[in-house]
Amino acid sequence: MSYRGRFRVWRGDADGGALADFQVEVNEGEVVLDVLHRLQATQTPDLAVRWNCKAGKCGSCSAEINGRPRLLCMTRMSVFERDEVVTVTPMRSFPVIRDLVTDVSFNYSKAREIPSFTPPPGLAPGEYRMGQVDVERSQEFRKCIECFLCQDTCHVVRDHEENKRSFAGPRFLMRIAELEMHPLDVADRVQAAQDEHGLGLCNITKCCTDVCPEGIHITDNALIPMKERVADRRYDPLVWLGRTISRRRS
Amino acid sequence: MTETEQHDYDVLVIGAGGAGLRAAIEARERGLRTAIVCKSLFGKAHTVMAEGGCAAAMGNVNENDSWQVHFRDTMRGGKFLNSWRMAELHAKEAPDRVWELETYGALFDRTKDGRISQRHFGGHTYPRLAHVGDRTGLELLRTMQQRIVSLQQDDYAETGDYEARLRVFAECTVTELLTDPSTGSGQAGAIAGAFGYWRESGRHVVFSAPAVVLATGGIGKSFQVTSNSWEYTGDGHALALRAGANLIDMEFVQFHPTGMVWPPSVKGILVTEGVRGDGGVLKNSDGKRFMFDYIPDVFKGQYAQTEDEADRWYEDQENNRRTPDLLPRDEVARAINTEVKEGRGSPHGGVYLDIASRMPAEEIRRRLPSMYHQFKELADVDITAEPMEVGPTCHYVMGGIEVDPDTGQSRVPGLFAAGECAGGMHGSNRLGGNSLSDLLVFGRRAGLGAADYVVGLERRPAVREADVEVAAAMTLAPFDAHPAAAGGENPYTLHAELQRVMNDLVGIIRTESEMISALDRLGELRARLHDVVVEGHRQYNPGWHLALDLRNMLMVSEAVASSALLRTESRGGHTREDHPGLDPRWRHRVLVTHCVRAGADGGVVVPRIAVEPAERAPMRADLLALFDLTELEKYYTAPELAGHLDRVEAQHTEGGTA
Ligand SMILES: Cc1cc2nc3c(=O)[nH]c(=O)nc-3n(C[C@H](O)[C@H](O)[C@H](O)COP(=O)(O)OP(=O)(O)OC[C@H]3O[C@@H](n4cnc5c(N)ncnc54)[C@H](O)[C@@H]3O)c2cc1C
Ligand code: SF4
Ligand code: SF4
Ligand code: FES
Repeated sequence: MSYRGRFRVWRGDADGGALADFQVEVNEGEVVLDVLHRLQATQTPDLAVRWNCKAGKCGSCSAEINGRPRLLCMTRMSVFERDEVVTVTPMRSFPVIRDLVTDVSFNYSKAREIPSFTPPPGLAPGEYRMGQVDVERSQEFRKCIECFLCQDTCHVVRDHEENKRSFAGPRFLMRIAELEMHPLDVADRVQAAQDEHGLGLCNITKCCTDVCPEGIHITDNALIPMKERVADRRYDPLVWLGRTISRRRS
Repeated sequence: MTETEQHDYDVLVIGAGGAGLRAAIEARERGLRTAIVCKSLFGKAHTVMAEGGCAAAMGNVNENDSWQVHFRDTMRGGKFLNSWRMAELHAKEAPDRVWELETYGALFDRTKDGRISQRHFGGHTYPRLAHVGDRTGLELLRTMQQRIVSLQQDDYAETGDYEARLRVFAECTVTELLTDPSTGSGQAGAIAGAFGYWRESGRHVVFSAPAVVLATGGIGKSFQVTSNSWEYTGDGHALALRAGANLIDMEFVQFHPTGMVWPPSVKGILVTEGVRGDGGVLKNSDGKRFMFDYIPDVFKGQYAQTEDEADRWYEDQENNRRTPDLLPRDEVARAINTEVKEGRGSPHGGVYLDIASRMPAEEIRRRLPSMYHQFKELADVDITAEPMEVGPTCHYVMGGIEVDPDTGQSRVPGLFAAGECAGGMHGSNRLGGNSLSDLLVFGRRAGLGAADYVVGLERRPAVREADVEVAAAMTLAPFDAHPAAAGGENPYTLHAELQRVMNDLVGIIRTESEMISALDRLGELRARLHDVVVEGHRQYNPGWHLALDLRNMLMVSEAVASSALLRTESRGGHTREDHPGLDPRWRHRVLVTHCVRAGADGGVVVPRIAVEPAERAPMRADLLALFDLTELEKYYTAPELAGHLDRVEAQHTEGGTA
């Protein structure tokens, strides 16, 4: 059952680094993270890698495997050939701290720039009433485990450090969509999505959707509808007015 | 010494799970400058993994539910050892805490009339768990994380600085609490702050704060098969002990009945109880629903005796009793253990959990999406077509820091605790769903308690430079070569051995001789930890981090094994093969762990602990009256029940007729 797998793991820090070759035991049913843990326990005790849940629930273990953004804990070894060299590198869009660990603070700053949930004034706790069908749209986006793989893969920032200032990235554009689709939220973030958070930079390539481990339809269900709202607004300011009024009434 | 980075706050919250975030929100809302420290990134704490739901008697699905029923269920689940005051506060306040989350933006699953939907779970009389599919913890944690961001936005609007009053120090590990012996009444003095290191750089950091809220979660990483992550090394438990606080109930460790058993690399990963709550059933290798054979005497009459009745119950709870698949977790875990031991297990040493034959595939995917995903991706099992293989996994520690129920304060002035690292609320066994609600209720109370304490303080305790130096030296010791030890000890090896000892000797079923040998082995590991050596440097070095965590794991493991040795009965999460059965004389007795040399730590790597019994205060009469005398008689000694209303009335009637 077990075999010796061949691995190339990027090791280094902010000052630079290189791929290092390893041969390490691989057992049936294992994921890439298991193998990296075995490396830590037997060959490289100081190999830096983030993880928590080991079940695809926390979004800590993001990295790139053979160049593709993935969760280390949800990538089975069985998807590779036994003689294949598995290359593991840190997420490319974020500055390296050490080995596979990157500085993802970009995402936390972006999160702070989006106006929070704003409940209707006067609605007491316990009085919230919403239909299941109405919450489901936002619930899809709230499945997000903040692995930031979509942020890593999006070409708007992947090799364009200069765009980071003006682009929130798919995860946080989706957060705007989530709040806009929340049945009870009364704030308006549509114009800001375009003007401040860079929605216009997205040209709906769907690469973010492709890498999302939660299978969220980021582009189709969040980004495109947001773009439509922006377009509506632009061509017909009355739509915007009408919408706010009807929402207040409901 | 080089200048150590220092920060001053009013309230320092250690832990960014549900309890820590709720405490921080409260302290900040009361106007205090608050910091949160956590070992992982913000938003990754263990709470994010909770699946099934959050228990609160809102009565949205069955309006007969009330705090009294929830209180009774909680006390029964804990086999009447619980801190009844905590169980009371919890049952009363949980609904408000859940509704409050909606005002922060949470989106729970809904009932037809638009309220928060509630699902069945083990030990809860009515459908009671607010949930979002099977990712409730994610919703809870993200909601509070976003609430914190929104408070930071308020501060930004006012001051131009997001972090003016509330700051998160992520990937920063606290290794010691700092006290000021010149203040406070205890021998160690009042809390003055905490010492830690940045995981990223390895650099030291000192927090000066008159109030510290511990919300560090559990201890499961000391066991080999566990649903817990690397963070669960019992840090808060050990920090509290070393600072002079007590732990209680450390013998009670919950083994969740359904963890994955195959493949080996995922062994222990949780399969939510929601599978059974929604209709899944346990079967042995003969295809038999064996739980009907394991209804213990104390629960006789409360559970269905036939499969037909059990199946009818899902639809009609008024006229049928619930399925024994939903007995409290300790009962189910022991039953599975017995089935496997007697040769009726599944190929990989578990039993079967079948939902595939019980509802359409589409419905399973809708109700349990992350379970579907988890089995598909990690085990190549399609749970809509075949049964899962499951077995017990170390999941939760009922024991924890002894606190005042109302304020969350430990016996060390300024030291508060909430969430899994606090003890008492769940007694000998926690009901599923009662943890998420516990975090909200007692997180808020601890934040409030800490705020009140700081406001009422006359003099701010001071951090002593000497303590900082001792704490700093302790963290760096593993880098020093130990010439005496040939090559030194590898932290990963020590950890693996510790996990084996706890798993094999202090697991679900325990005996005196095993406990004694566990303590011997732990003693050896304690000695070997002195010779632990780590390679590399201080920048993001997991080997080093583990070496430091081992201190805490060993202290806490000794507390578990020593307490388990003393309790000569079986109750909830503590089963003694040599003392089967409940002993009413133990019902009111709790085991208290304290550190033998608290405060004056003096650089000892793993300070000694001692465990002593103490009496739990008797339940308030009005709460006791919520139970039938006949039920209480199964747990209580006769003299304890002399004051029970039914008995008093019976005596009156007798007296009247005589
Ligand atoms: C898989 C799984 C499913 C579960 N499902 C449910 C459920 O459905 N319902 C339910 O009620 N309960 C459930 N539980 C239990 C529940 O999730 C936990 O008990 C609860 O989340 C603990 O929350 P907490 O706030 O106490 O700690 P945690 O959320 O674990 O947070 C602990 C925090 O403390 C920090 N920390 C620890 N040590 C240090 C240190 N030395 N320095 C700095 N920071 C530190 C950590 O980084 C972390 O941020 C589940 C548990 C698991 C494992
Ligand atoms: S669809 Fe938009 S956000 Fe997603 S990867 Fe493409 S450009 Fe980026
Ligand atoms: S949207 Fe998907 S890929 Fe992006 S951070 Fe969330 S879970 Fe990860
Ligand atoms: S470790 Fe949590 S997603 Fe991989």
